Amino acid sequence: MTLHSGGKSALAGAWQRIGGMILRHVYVLRGSWPRVLELVYWPTMQMVLWGFITVFFREHSSWVAQAAGVLISAALLWDVLFRANLGIALPFMDEMWARNLGQLFVSPLRPHELVSALLIMSLIRTLISITPAALLAFPLYDVWVFSLGPSLIAFFANLMVLGWSVGLFFSALVLRLGLGAEGICWYGIFLLAPLSGVYYPIETLPAWLQPVAWGLPSAYVFEGMRAVLFENTFRLDLLLKAVGLNILYLLAATGFFLWMFRRARIRGLLLQQGE
Amino acid sequence: MSFETQSPVIVAQKLSKRFGPVVAVDAIDFTVMPGSTVALLGGNGAGKTTTLAMLLGLLLPSDGEVRVFGEDMARHRFRVLRRMNFSSPYVDMPKRLSVLQNLTVYAHLYGLDRIKERIHAVCEGLNIEMLLKRDLGTLSAGQKTRVSIAKALLNEPALLLLDEPTASLDPDTADWVRGYLESYRAAHGMTIMLASHNMSEVERLCDRVIMMREGRIVDTGTPAALIEHYGRRSLEEVFLDIARNRRIGADNGVSTAAQ
Repeated sequence: MTLHSGGKSALAGAWQRIGGMILRHVYVLRGSWPRVLELVYWPTMQMVLWGFITVFFREHSSWVAQAAGVLISAALLWDVLFRANLGIALPFMDEMWARNLGQLFVSPLRPHELVSALLIMSLIRTLISITPAALLAFPLYDVWVFSLGPSLIAFFANLMVLGWSVGLFFSALVLRLGLGAEGICWYGIFLLAPLSGVYYPIETLPAWLQPVAWGLPSAYVFEGMRAVLFENTFRLDLLLKAVGLNILYLLAATGFFLWMFRRARIRGLLLQQGE
Repeated sequence: MSFETQSPVIVAQKLSKRFGPVVAVDAIDFTVMPGSTVALLGGNGAGKTTTLAMLLGLLLPSDGEVRVFGEDMARHRFRVLRRMNFSSPYVDMPKRLSVLQNLTVYAHLYGLDRIKERIHAVCEGLNIEMLLKRDLGTLSAGQKTRVSIAKALLNEPALLLLDEPTASLDPDTADWVRGYLESYRAAHGMTIMLASHNMSEVERLCDRVIMMREGRIVDTGTPAALIEHYGRRSLEEVFLDIARNRRIGADNGVSTAAQ
């Protein structure tokens, strides 16, 4: 029996390995309805909570009344960032919990192919997560998030990429420090929340903190979102700054992950991980 | 079997691994010829698993080098990983996936075509077809070992590395696994290197034994030659001589006490 077709290109081989890793995590999702429920549950709860807060402000605050849905949109977009981060970190920790890293890396799977599979899984998980909540906002609060139009895609993409960078960075730390540090994948992202100006403009922050906030792509995304909702203006300058920072952070996070992976090979961590 | 005209499958030269002040493997040299079955034999902490991990490229050596099929494993392991595989009871696969799902994922990772056919062929040989739909986490130790071996044979490897392949198995299952590996090697001519401290396994399966203690190779030869060389009746007695640092031809008193 011929096991490998002779004509398979390097790229086709890489895609088959990436596809294999995606399949591995799709099997996990498919076989566990509580996991899918968990994906959908939190964004929906967020949306319901902020929806009622919006209803209250609509009646009591002229600021929010100018842009109904700003809090709901912010909550949903924040969840994109949060879920993109978890979408990387959880499948990676799945491999560590299963003590599967040793098996994976005696196969021809390359570290950058694993990273590619994690990015794609993160996109899939995030879409599963936030789509029901985004759709539900319309019948509940008359907020149609998709009215943000093409800018929504730009916001979504930038927050996804930042979530990937954060997820890769934390996954690399867990690889280096062990599963005792897995909590950082859950709570680490919340460090970015106050600095990103999710629910308020960056100028609300103390002056000394604002330069730090402007170092985050998410700050430009949420400012851009408010510009669309309050002023009906799409700020290309903000988008370009977010894209530039995201490219920088994604390259840095990928480099950090690959460096930690090499350190793991030096220290023998690929065979020792597990619960 | 004569291997003299062939190139070695594995060449380890001055191979060392240090973890801080601990020397796990200390400048060892060995070669493994095609079609042979070679055991790394030694007590706990002798450096067997560390050596296997360096052969697989999972662990980077501190010094020296490993060449597998002529490739430096520290730098070019992806050129040869498709021709190798590995099984160990200490390295798991996802327990929440079924056996079929696990094997399908690995078939993709090894770039196989006609994946279903291949999985069924391997599972039929290992008599685990009835387990394909079951989650890995629900299987017994013996069943998991067979699944792990199925994964290791999916790509029909030219070199198979095994870390204590029958650890934690009952004698009947362990015997079945050894018999299967023997017949598979005879049919496919692959090279096997295994780390073990199970003497009967090594005597039955291996053409050559590399004895390790404290990270060093202390002796090497065929099981029969080692038994004769040490003047003992079994490989287990040889193992005890080496593990306890007794010299060749040690007094009968010690030997008797060991018996």
